Amino acid sequence: MASTETPSIVVENLVKKFAGVTAVNEVGFTVAKGEIIGFLGPNGAGKSTTMRILTGFIPATSGSVSVCGIDVARDPERVRRHIGYMPENNPLPEDMRVVEYLRLRGRLKEIPRRRLKSRLDEVLEVCDLKRAARRIIGTLSKGYRQRVGIADSILSEPDVIIMDEPTIGLDPHQIVMIRDLIAGLRGKMSILISSHILPEIEMTCDRVVIINGGRVVAANTPSNLRREFIPRTTYSAEIQGDPEGLDAALARAGLSDVTAVPPEEPVNGAFYPVTFTSDSESEIGEELTEALLAGKRYRVRSLRRLKPSLEEVFMAATRRSWDVLMPDEKEKPGRRGTPAGTTPITITNGS
Amino acid sequence: MRHFATLLRHELRTLCYTPATYIAAFLFLIVMGSLFQWVIETYNQSAQETTPWVIFFQLFWLPVFFMVPLLTMRSFAEEKRMGTLENLMTTPARTSEIVLAKFFSAYTLYLILWCVTLGFNFILNYFAQDPRLVETGPLLGGFIFCSLSGLLFIAIGIFASTVTRSQLVAGILSFTLLFGLIVGSRYLSELKHLDTIDSAHLRNWIDALQIFQHAEDLSRGVLDSRAALFYLLATGLMLTFSNLVIRSKVWRG
Repeated sequence: MASTETPSIVVENLVKKFAGVTAVNEVGFTVAKGEIIGFLGPNGAGKSTTMRILTGFIPATSGSVSVCGIDVARDPERVRRHIGYMPENNPLPEDMRVVEYLRLRGRLKEIPRRRLKSRLDEVLEVCDLKRAARRIIGTLSKGYRQRVGIADSILSEPDVIIMDEPTIGLDPHQIVMIRDLIAGLRGKMSILISSHILPEIEMTCDRVVIINGGRVVAANTPSNLRREFIPRTTYSAEIQGDPEGLDAALARAGLSDVTAVPPEEPVNGAFYPVTFTSDSESEIGEELTEALLAGKRYRVRSLRRLKPSLEEVFMAATRRSWDVLMPDEKEKPGRRGTPAGTTPITITNGS
Repeated sequence: MRHFATLLRHELRTLCYTPATYIAAFLFLIVMGSLFQWVIETYNQSAQETTPWVIFFQLFWLPVFFMVPLLTMRSFAEEKRMGTLENLMTTPARTSEIVLAKFFSAYTLYLILWCVTLGFNFILNYFAQDPRLVETGPLLGGFIFCSLSGLLFIAIGIFASTVTRSQLVAGILSFTLLFGLIVGSRYLSELKHLDTIDSAHLRNWIDALQIFQHAEDLSRGVLDSRAALFYLLATGLMLTFSNLVIRSKVWRG
């Protein structure tokens, strides 16, 4: 991030209003050259609007957006030469063949004629579209259509690629393929991806920008976001012994800040799962094992640290934003789908 | 304008793959064929002052009302409905290039269809063997009229297609605008109220905008530069409006 090069995308105080409704409110973030950014947010958070403003398709109400150092509002046509864009829902002409469509897009994106044929072959190969090259787009399955959209966005080897939900509707094999494809572009192009498939974002993206209610509520690497939004350590264990005596055993070992949550139903001497939560961020795995094994009161079959998923971070960040950033909305329940403070967030300790 | 040729080729290709094109072509040729036959029959019954082509070109409005909407209603409305306009507008191609490509592709098809009616001339010539029936002057004049007025009619159709996402609405709007222009201008000139206004200029201008009159004049061999100017300027205006509508963010929807 300490790069001296011009950032690929700079968004500052971006505001977009549609007929008085603020869709994007004071959004600001930067994408460094070669960086892959995940753009997260609930439906209607302003992700697609921000992306459309970045491409110059719609103008901002106020604020500034620049792509590769070019102001989008001043020179949208020049900006388009640097952008590969895959819109939401990936609209494609139904009556064209894949290769014909990509050739047309290549010409419109000003790929030199000499280079176009070899580039088309490359892109068809990379996106695994060789077999479908002569097929009519209208007859393609969702997975193929998504790949045609992705092929189009990377066709002209732009400096910046903006993809609005590229992995929607893909099967796990295709998702892995897209992930590899995006990972292969790392360092060469800056990529901004919005997605609902959070593990995908986590695996591919260097940084995550979470947007809610038109505002950026968090922007950092996934691990820093975890630290910021879920500042506790959780362990899952399978143990045998008296569930009632767990708190006492922890207190004896000096782990009084750790809370144990055994199952509610009777355990009848069998192994049972239990969750230990500490408010500190430090590793306590060893201390926990020692505390449980001390005095041979408990037998431990497994113990592992639970890493909060990006879903949990996302839920915590968006919930916090509703509480903090929109206090006036709280007074008007019903205006938003989830009024603040009414739905408790349950953190599921999934692996 | 480096993208214009690419886009025009693409648009012509799309028109060739669209069923509406073939429906329009089929209807056009059926209607024009029947009309021409009817014109010839009137010659069979009684002597006429003009050649068959003069009467034929005066019936230009009939195919225009259904053919122009069919050829143009898809152009922007479908792209907006499908969302592919967003794809197109985020390439380096200019809006004006997109509008002009769509306009010229529809116009080319319109001209091709009119040119097919030239075949009637050969059929008539072959069977009638009467040089009085086949005069090249009115034929040429009629085709100049069709090419000139076609510019404006197609531009109106393209404009109607830019303001909506629905092909049906675009078609109806285009029909209404064409009807208003062709029939409305005639109605305006027949208004008695105009005679009470003491302005020869106004009367002159309204008469100059008579599309029926242009058709008659041109098929008789009279080329009025005011008419040509009117079609060219009005076409430019409609295309500018189309360009503005597409550029305007509100209408993109």
